Formats: sequence, structure tokens, C-alpha cells
Amino acid sequence: MTISITVNTLKRFFDVQPDEILLDVLRREGYLEVKGGCHSGDCGACTVLLDGRPVASCLTLVAKADGHAVTTVRGIGDQAHPHVLQEAFVRNGAVQCGYCIPGAITSAKALLDENPDPTEEEIRLAMDSNYCRCTGYEQQVEAVLDAAAQLRKEDTK
Amino acid sequence: MSIEKKGFRHLTEGSYPPTHVVGKSVDKVDGYALASGAPMYTDDIAARDFPNRLHGRILTSPIANGIIDSIDTSAAEALPGVHLVLTWKNTPRTFYTTAGQGWPEPSPYDNQMFTERVRFVGDRVAAVFAESEDIAEQACTLIKVTFQEESAVLDADDAMKPGAPVLHPEDPKGAYDSAHNVAAHLDINVGNVDKALAEAEVTISETFQTHYAQHTPMETHTAFAYTDNLGKIVIVSSTQVPWHVRRIVSRVLDLPMSKLRVVKPRIGGGFGTKQEILIDDLVAYATAKTGLPCEIELTRKEEFVSARTRHPMKIDMSIGSDTQGHFRALKMYVLSNTGAYGSHSLTVMSNTGSKTLPLYNKATDVRFFGDAVYTNLPVAGAYRGYGATQGYFALECTIDDLAAKLGMDPIELRKKNMIRVGEGSPIFEALGEGRQGVAQTIKSSSLPTLLDLGAEAIGWTEKRGKRVRSGHKVRGVGMSMHMQGSGIPLIDMASASIKLNEDGSYFMTMGATDIGTGSDTILSQMAAEVLGITMDKISVLSSDTDLTPFDVGAYASSTTFVSGGAVVKAAKAVRNQVFAVAAEILHEDLDANLVTAEPKVEWDNTQADPILSFYRMEDGNVVSVRSGKKVSVSDIAYRAYYEVNQHQIATTQSFVSPYSPPPFAAHFVEIEVDELTGQVQVLKYVAAVDCGVSINPDLVRGQIMGAIANGIGFALTEEYHFGSHGNMTNSSLFDYKILSRRDMPPTEVIVVDNYEPTGPWGAKSVAEIGINGALPAIGNAIFDATGIRLHRTPYAPDRVLAALHGKST
Repeated sequence: MTISITVNTLKRFFDVQPDEILLDVLRREGYLEVKGGCHSGDCGACTVLLDGRPVASCLTLVAKADGHAVTTVRGIGDQAHPHVLQEAFVRNGAVQCGYCIPGAITSAKALLDENPDPTEEEIRLAMDSNYCRCTGYEQQVEAVLDAAAQLRKEDTK
Repeated sequence: MSIEKKGFRHLTEGSYPPTHVVGKSVDKVDGYALASGAPMYTDDIAARDFPNRLHGRILTSPIANGIIDSIDTSAAEALPGVHLVLTWKNTPRTFYTTAGQGWPEPSPYDNQMFTERVRFVGDRVAAVFAESEDIAEQACTLIKVTFQEESAVLDADDAMKPGAPVLHPEDPKGAYDSAHNVAAHLDINVGNVDKALAEAEVTISETFQTHYAQHTPMETHTAFAYTDNLGKIVIVSSTQVPWHVRRIVSRVLDLPMSKLRVVKPRIGGGFGTKQEILIDDLVAYATAKTGLPCEIELTRKEEFVSARTRHPMKIDMSIGSDTQGHFRALKMYVLSNTGAYGSHSLTVMSNTGSKTLPLYNKATDVRFFGDAVYTNLPVAGAYRGYGATQGYFALECTIDDLAAKLGMDPIELRKKNMIRVGEGSPIFEALGEGRQGVAQTIKSSSLPTLLDLGAEAIGWTEKRGKRVRSGHKVRGVGMSMHMQGSGIPLIDMASASIKLNEDGSYFMTMGATDIGTGSDTILSQMAAEVLGITMDKISVLSSDTDLTPFDVGAYASSTTFVSGGAVVKAAKAVRNQVFAVAAEILHEDLDANLVTAEPKVEWDNTQADPILSFYRMEDGNVVSVRSGKKVSVSDIAYRAYYEVNQHQIATTQSFVSPYSPPPFAAHFVEIEVDELTGQVQVLKYVAAVDCGVSINPDLVRGQIMGAIANGIGFALTEEYHFGSHGNMTNSSLFDYKILSRRDMPPTEVIVVDNYEPTGPWGAKSVAEIGINGALPAIGNAIFDATGIRLHRTPYAPDRVLAALHGKST
């Protein structure tokens, strides 16, 4: 079947099998910034935004995204034009092996879109499903607080 | 230098030269690429460059012990899309170890690519390479295998008993006593420990038991191979040890090294498990056979069941002291469960003693001995902490119990017995990694300060022994003390090459293997410091067996210290070559011996680097100390490459050290035990650490934080559960609980820098030490809160509750 998904603002058509999952299709189509860690919805590495809301792409049937918008971490920012969140993650030493980071930043983006001034607790809750085995999380939480403060400052300019 | 913010304090003890890049929290060189998900991991590269590659799946054993009676692969081979099916019948029969260690290899050669005998649920039976993962998986179900099942050893205590099933009747080379399932054995004696214990005024003896747990890197083991245009097989692998992969694959597959190249891309976490050659042999062999690119990416379930674990250990610990708490005797016996294969069996067990007992060097009589035994259970291997984690559990809990017996404060008892600057321990020399060690004298230590600052941060004097209660919850505080090493002395070797570009920037290649730790970054910082440049003036390429010089790999807390030593030497050597051209340009004399002398890593206050009294680097220029004149390094490069006396300014240097200066740590924790449910909650965690000079404080903090998170998980929630035939029953991240963001307690990291004179820019290691604290410190806090000593781990609610109700633990 052919479906259409708007990936990072670009409308794309994909030939897919009905039982295929979003993660596998995205990676096959070259969206390699979406990482798989468990294929069972437990680790959060594969998080993308579906119409702005974070989902585990490894648990999402690709057909469910037909006619919808998917944002990957590269849609949030790339190396040449990093998003404030990505800058904050790097500057706060919140990136180690980096495998969980695309998912973590995607969850953080969804949070800040809804809540520009989150508490530390709200950050931990919103990103609780994003496992990280390297950092112990603290510097990632600080990075999101840092990014939120910067984004609020930019808003009031 | 001092940083103070919530959760992180960075202090300095002593004084040493100012630096411009070292000691700064510069951004990770790969940070922005990683934060935007660039295709940098093994499977990303395979998917991008080889979309038509073959996918491999491994058929594993459903039984714990037995012989393959028959194996019929014809139906699988007939399935459209299947290119290759591998079993013991059509693969090399070479015996080897999957442990990626130095040479000669200290682990027994008890492994073959495939065998007729399966030894644990999850052992390799066959592998299929097909055009899609689905086809490969379907083909696995079409392989007909019949087993002759045999009784299994499912408890390490039973392994050496007479009549126990023998796992390796082929008597593998390097196994200590395979007829009794003993993969490795050690017995190290200093003095006469039994006499000393008999004569001691106070003695204490306890037995501790740790459990099966796993690294769970976010990226599972992944590797692919392809044939390049010149017929070379290139393995791209999520490995910590590219050179060991090449050496082992070369031997197993009988492929010359000139036809093998191993490339390490970005790695999604290792923690020791990627110090194993688990799938590299398969993808290389499949590519050799099919001529096609072949990949294996372990599923999360396979990672749990078939990859590696931490050695579960049963440890008997005895301490003898006088009534004032002066240690005289330390006796430690280890029964280590290595699972079905003896990967790292000898060396992990060695470290259980060698990385723990020297911390208490006042004991005159010490015995450390042990057996690592085969069982029909998942295979243990290298895991951050490497045996010291288990050893510290036994040692630090026993010391607290001795303190209670003596009526002493546990910190005071430790202070009386701990190793100090200028002191050594006979254990350093008696026990290395599975063989004789190297004598060490401590040259730097902030340990006394760590104890004081940690105690203050947790509120030790106010909270200890108070048992503050709120309803059915009671609080306690506990602590533990640690050291690790910085590489394996006189064994671990690293090398680095640096060459100068015409614009005054540099390119560095090194074997050092960045597995997410940030070693590419901190090693660049070390070079930039020597060369007097900013970080944008140096780029790096690491870990490619063809393109970069040798390194043993990322293990044994070696990279900062050993690879860093190679980098500092290379930077100094290339700097001296630049100085030589500067002398030509300025028509000044410079003794050629100063230029070519082997650079030193160690820092000696009384003997500064002699060449620095002639020239120094400053901001991309060479400054003549004698004349005050300046020449830009770019001008020097242009002259050397195009104009006069043309030659390449470049060097390759290697480093191997007789020293392995231990980092030190003191961990403190406040917990609350729910006496109704048995739940243990960590309220606050404090880790005070001396890792020498912190080359990059933010990355140091990250190493410690990550290790603490993993340590707390190991202490409280992470545990393999087994069914009746040794089958893991919780092989998913849903059922095997690692700490999430909300599980992490408020944590304070206190780093007290202390210049280590034998280290590059004063650095020691920091990678492993942080994982060793949670188990004993939380155990000691539970003891403080409840008076109950838990001898088995993890401190899961059912176990705690049983102990509270007076059942034996």
C-alpha cells in the first residue's frame, strides 16, 4: 500500500506493508537519525513526534501515520543549524554515547512546546520513558532547564 | 579552580601549572553530530551504504546442556532469499576465547564458532544470512535440530562437586581444571593470614553473594562486513577493542591481517560488553563465503540472553584487627560464576582482590584466592568495575560490621587503615591481571578530603545511627570507600600519530576507542594543551586498524591514562619538530638531541622539559625564550613542506606505563526502608572522587553520574531471573529494570582534583570506579537504618522484607 507522511515538513509517499512499523520504514527511507534500542517500546530511543506528540516509533504501525506529520530529531535541528535544545545538551555535557539523545531531545521538544517553563520534576516525568545508560540523567535535565530558559528569553525579545 | 553548583562541586588540592584547554569543559567533538542523530553508528552506516546487505540471525539453544544429535538445514537453505546457513558442520573449528584482551590471552580457549555441544540457553546453534531479517528469522524456524539433553550445572556451588556434569570435556587450553569445571584459579599469599586471624584480638567473617546483571547498552551488539575493492574484508563493529577483534577473527577464520580491517564507528555504549567478539566472526565469515555485505544486529532479547553479564560471585571475607581497629589480616575467597564459557574468568576474579585489598594496606597478612567455575548459565564477561564491584561489596560491608563490633565510626576505621601517599601494598606486586603484578607507590591522593567532604554533604554526624522514623519508614546513612586502576601496568599499550597541516592546524590519529566516553575530545584537549592551540585547530580520527596506530582498546580504565600518555608524547614530539624549524628560521642554535629525545609523560617539578627553556608554544606561534622573537606555526609548515629542507612534520608515539595510579572515591548515601513493603528508596547520593586532574570536568561528572545510576540499578532492581532449566525469564527492558529519569535520586558529585605526576596532564582514570559504591554504601545504610545486614543482592523488596522478618538472607 502507498501512504503519505509529512516527514520534517516534507510530504513523502511510501510503499509499505500493512504490518510494518514506523521505525523500520523511517530507517529504510533514510531517516537514520531515528535509532532503535529495544523494538518493544521500553527504551524511548526511537521517539518521534506524530502531529507534535511524542510516540515510540517502534510501537507505531506505519499506517497510523498515513496523512499525518512526523518530526524526527533532524526536523528539530541539525549539525549546521542546531536547535537550542541540541546546543544545551552538548554544552551541558549531557551527551555521552549519544544513542538515546535523538529520542530524548524529541521528548524534550514536545514538553517545551506545551510547557515553556517546566520544573525539574516535570522534565523528569516528560522524559521518563527515554532511557539513558551513560549519563545518570542529571546533566540532561539541566540541559532542558537551560534550553527552556533560553527559549523563554528569545520569546520575550 | 573551583566550580560549585547544584549536584556538582569541582575542587582542587595542591597546586600545579595553569592550562588553557585541559581542565575546561569544552564541547564534545562529536556532540552536535550525535545530538542531531547523524548516521554514525554501525547499523546506520550499514543501512546507508549497503541497503542490499544480507541480514544474519542466530538460532540459539533452548536447552542448558546437551549434544546436538542432528541438525538439518535443508529446509532453511531452500527458503527463497536465504544465502547461507552456518552450523558446526561448515565452519572453522578453531578454539578461541571471545574475550577481547591482550596477548597472550588470559582467558581459556573454550569457545568455537559453533559446536556439537550446547552449554546454556542462548548458546549458538546455527546462523542464517538472508535478504531480510524476516526471512532470516523464518529460516531459523525451519532448521530442524534434535538434542540429547544432559543434566546441567545451574548453581555455582554445585560446579566443583564430584559427579557434576563437566561443561568442557575437551579440556580447553588455558582452563585451570576443566574436569572439575574450574576455568580459573588463584591463590595469592602475603604473610600468614590464618595465623594472623587466629592471633587477632577481633575477627569477623562473612559470606556475600552477588547476582546476574547486565550492561544493557542502548545500542545492542552490531557488526557488518563487506569486501572492499582490493578484496579486503572490512568489519565495521560496535566494539571496544578493534585490534583484538582483528587478531581473534584473523586466527579463527585463518584470514591474514593484510586481508582484514576493523573499523569502529560511534558506539552506543559499551560498559565492557563490547570487549567481546560475539558476532564479528560471523559477519566476516559470511562475507567471505557469500561475497556480499552481511550484518548482524542483536535483538534486545538476544543481548540479554546471549551476550555477556557481570560474574555473579560468592565471597567469603574475613578481617582480623586489634581492638583499636588496626587491621592485621585480610582474607578473601571468591567463587566466581563465569557461566558456560570462561570469558575474562581469571582476570575479573584477579581484580576482585587486586583492586580492593591494597586500599587497606595496613594489613600485614593477606590471602586472596578463588575459583572461577563453569555453569550452564549465561556467560559472564567484562563489565565496568570488572570484579572490583563484587569485591567492594564484600569488603566494605564487612568493614562496617567490624566497625559495629568495635564500636567505632566506620569512617574512622577506614582512615586508620587506608593507603596514603608514599605508601604501597604488597598486593600490587603479588597480583596483577591473572599474573604477577607491578609494585605501585601512591603518588597522589585526595582520599582524606573525599571522606570529609562526602560525610559533610550527606550529613553523616547528624544522621548516622539516628534511625529517624516516619510511620513504617526508617532512614539510615551508609558509606563506602574505593580505588580502581588506570590501565594495566606494563601491559596496556596505546599509540597516537600527529601531523601538522600548512595552516598550523593538526590531524591526530589514534587507536584509542571512544565508545561514548568522550575520549576523542579529552585526548584532543591533551594534545591541544601541549601544542598551544585551541580545539578548532585539531581534528581526530580514531580506532581503525588500517588508518590509525595501535591501541589495546577501551577497557581497564585505561584510555585517559594510557592513550592520553601516547597523545602527550606525540604532541611533544611533533612540537619539538616544529621548534627545530623555528630555530632554522630564527638562525638560533637548538641541540638536535633535545628535538629527538623521547618525550616524557611524567611531570617532574625539579626537571622541567629542557627544550622549553629555548622555545614555547603560544597561540599558534613559536616563541623563542632567548630572543623573544615569534614565528607562526603555519609559516613553519609552509617552509618545511614547500621551501627549504622539505620534510613531513609528523610523529607516531606509543606509551606503556609501569604505573597504574588508582583513582579514589568515597560514596555516601541516605536511604529509607519501608518496613511494610521492603522497598528501599535512595533519598540522596554523594560521590566524592579523585581522578587526578579532570581533563574535562563535565565529562568527568557524566562518567561518575552514569556509573552511579548503573550501580544503584545493580543494587536495587537489575537482576536476571531464571526458569527451572537456566532460561532467563525477564529478557526485556520492561522486565529487567534499569533506572529511569525519575528513579534517579538527588545526587551530588564532588570531584577533588589532585595532580598525578605519572599521568598525562596529571590525569588518572574515572570510568569504572563510580559503579562500585552503590552496593556496599546502600547495604551499609540499610544496616544503619535497621540493624540488618543483607548478604545477598540485589536489595529487592522481597529480600529486604524477608530479612526484616528474621529470615536468613
